[in-house]
Amino acid sequence: MTGPPGPVTIKRCVSRFLSARPRVRLAGLLTGPAVWLVALYLGSLIALFLTSFYQLNEDGTGINEKIGSTNYHELLDKTVYRDVALRTIGVAILVTVIDMCLALPIAFFIAKIARPRVRTLLITAVLVPLWGSYLVKAFAWRALLGSPGGVIDRTFGTSPGYGLPAVVIVLAYLWLPYMIVPIYAGLDRLPDSLLEASNDLGAGFWYTFRSVVVPMLLPAIVAGSVFTFSLSMGDYIAVELVGGPTQMIGSVVYDNFASNLPFAAAFATVPILVMIVYLLGIRRTGALDNL
Amino acid sequence: MTIKRTTMALGIATALFAAGCGSDSKKSSGDALKEIGKGEGSLQIIAWAGYAEDGSTAPEYNWVGPFETQTGCQVDVKVGNTSDEMFQLMQAGGYDGVSASGDASVRLIDAGLVAPVNTALIKNYADLSPFLKDTSYNSSGGKNYGIPHGWGANYLMYDSAVVTPAPDSWGVVFDKSSPYKGKITAYDAPIYIADAALYLATAQPDLGIKDPYSLTQKQFDAAVALLKDQRSVIGEYWNNYALSQTAFEQGSIVLGTTWQIIANLASVNKATLKTVSPKEGSTGWSDTWMVASKAKHPNCMYMWMDYVTTPEVQAQIAYYFGEAPANPKACALITDDPTHCDVYKATDSAFASAIKFWATPRKKCLDGSGDNCVPFSDWIKAWTEIKG
Repeated sequence: MTGPPGPVTIKRCVSRFLSARPRVRLAGLLTGPAVWLVALYLGSLIALFLTSFYQLNEDGTGINEKIGSTNYHELLDKTVYRDVALRTIGVAILVTVIDMCLALPIAFFIAKIARPRVRTLLITAVLVPLWGSYLVKAFAWRALLGSPGGVIDRTFGTSPGYGLPAVVIVLAYLWLPYMIVPIYAGLDRLPDSLLEASNDLGAGFWYTFRSVVVPMLLPAIVAGSVFTFSLSMGDYIAVELVGGPTQMIGSVVYDNFASNLPFAAAFATVPILVMIVYLLGIRRTGALDNL
Repeated sequence: MTIKRTTMALGIATALFAAGCGSDSKKSSGDALKEIGKGEGSLQIIAWAGYAEDGSTAPEYNWVGPFETQTGCQVDVKVGNTSDEMFQLMQAGGYDGVSASGDASVRLIDAGLVAPVNTALIKNYADLSPFLKDTSYNSSGGKNYGIPHGWGANYLMYDSAVVTPAPDSWGVVFDKSSPYKGKITAYDAPIYIADAALYLATAQPDLGIKDPYSLTQKQFDAAVALLKDQRSVIGEYWNNYALSQTAFEQGSIVLGTTWQIIANLASVNKATLKTVSPKEGSTGWSDTWMVASKAKHPNCMYMWMDYVTTPEVQAQIAYYFGEAPANPKACALITDDPTHCDVYKATDSAFASAIKFWATPRKKCLDGSGDNCVPFSDWIKAWTEIKG
């Protein structure tokens, strides 16, 4: 009982009560987030998983709440779902690689070459698109890519049109800031003196890049790839707007959500599994500490 | 401690799941209302876009406001984008009624989600076109389950500057060596399989298809095979009418199935766009206002059904949405376009009876030909496979 004596107020009483009881303090801090996390976040995942074992009844009028693995058998038996899953993973990998190739030089320029005032400006420029609605940007790309009649087609005389290439282009555009920002942060932490030392020891640009920059940046790159990969895996809007007749996991889940909920739930577990494998794979790189 | 916590989490999750996601599939027959009582002051409905306008889209289109003033029922409108979504919303509950197309209405009746409707309480019911009453999609077991709202056919739209000669058959969209490859569109919903079946009824008479919603496995497989071939020439599937409109306008799509409203809107911007009713006939939709079996505000819902079938309101909706009104008395009131009812053939019962209105396929064939028809659950699965 140290501290200056003073009038007994409620505030003082509460703080005295709490200071002696660390467990109550912890409960006060964590109850809200824990309820949110467990009940809503994990709860919805569990609900998803349970639903995937139900079945649509024959006439499509309701859900038969008998537990069974029919949906998963269907997923494994029909080649179409394997094709859709592989196509989605392929798109996610391609988008990630493209974003990596675009983000590295951009982030390097911003972090190491640009003057401080330009740097702020460029970082803002990278982040500004994130303030715009995803849907608006996807619609804008729809107007750009149309063939014939789209802006690109009218300007250059040719355009990829709607289809799988368009999906890759649009997703690579949409997720680029999510790759630039972690790489920029990683480069910002990389001391200039290391680059200078490498230079002094006679290493050229590429050698320095390969043997100094990339190894130190790897966790940041991998952190960025978690965003681009997972966001691409789950996308269903870009593929509906610019994908032409192409189907991805997200669009199949979306289409089946209203008509065949249990199957949609079963298919939705596929990207979750893929992401778990992906995250386990990169845990070793230390990238998760960078998220 | 850990085990206890996990159990608790599971318990909470299960409870949430039961509350939020569990479906009450028990049938509740429900009786039709005997008389319309005092309004409950509130009304929650699910409607197609354009069916319940309150002036928020365009100030001159507002028929919800006057209804609220007249009846004191405050209307909340949830716009449904597809029949499947509407069915799912009704299953989730909390709504008093829905404007259901035939491919949702049959499912709603089967699932016990809608109650029989006492048509005697709807003053305008007698005026509605007779060919829309007592149909397979709005009545069951001799009971009426809804009030007809309006209807339309699906048309074949083409860009006459590109597509020559002018098509008169659905065959042009099913031609896998089509010169318009990559510029053809099709409706993106399992119910579109019926369009292929309707074409096959004429193109391959050996299959013996009579009703495109009552298909044997063999007939169904033939329709699916046709659609898988069609997939290679499709530029884009559509189920959002605004997207389809812009695709036709910019020319990335030049040929495919459409609704009259899309044709009207698009041809304003591109005069070369034409529609045709192909010789094989057409699928179409006929919408029905239905009352939820657990409606909290049934009186307001009956007032609404009475209100939307008055000639004045029917005229506004038919003109705004672009469809044939169920109440022919509306025709004279569509002053903005006196030819509206002619364009939509609103009173042409022969035209209407040739349209194969959307209906949900069931194992027990809709046309009464037996109980070996391919049920809708198989249509849903086939549609994903067709798109590949």
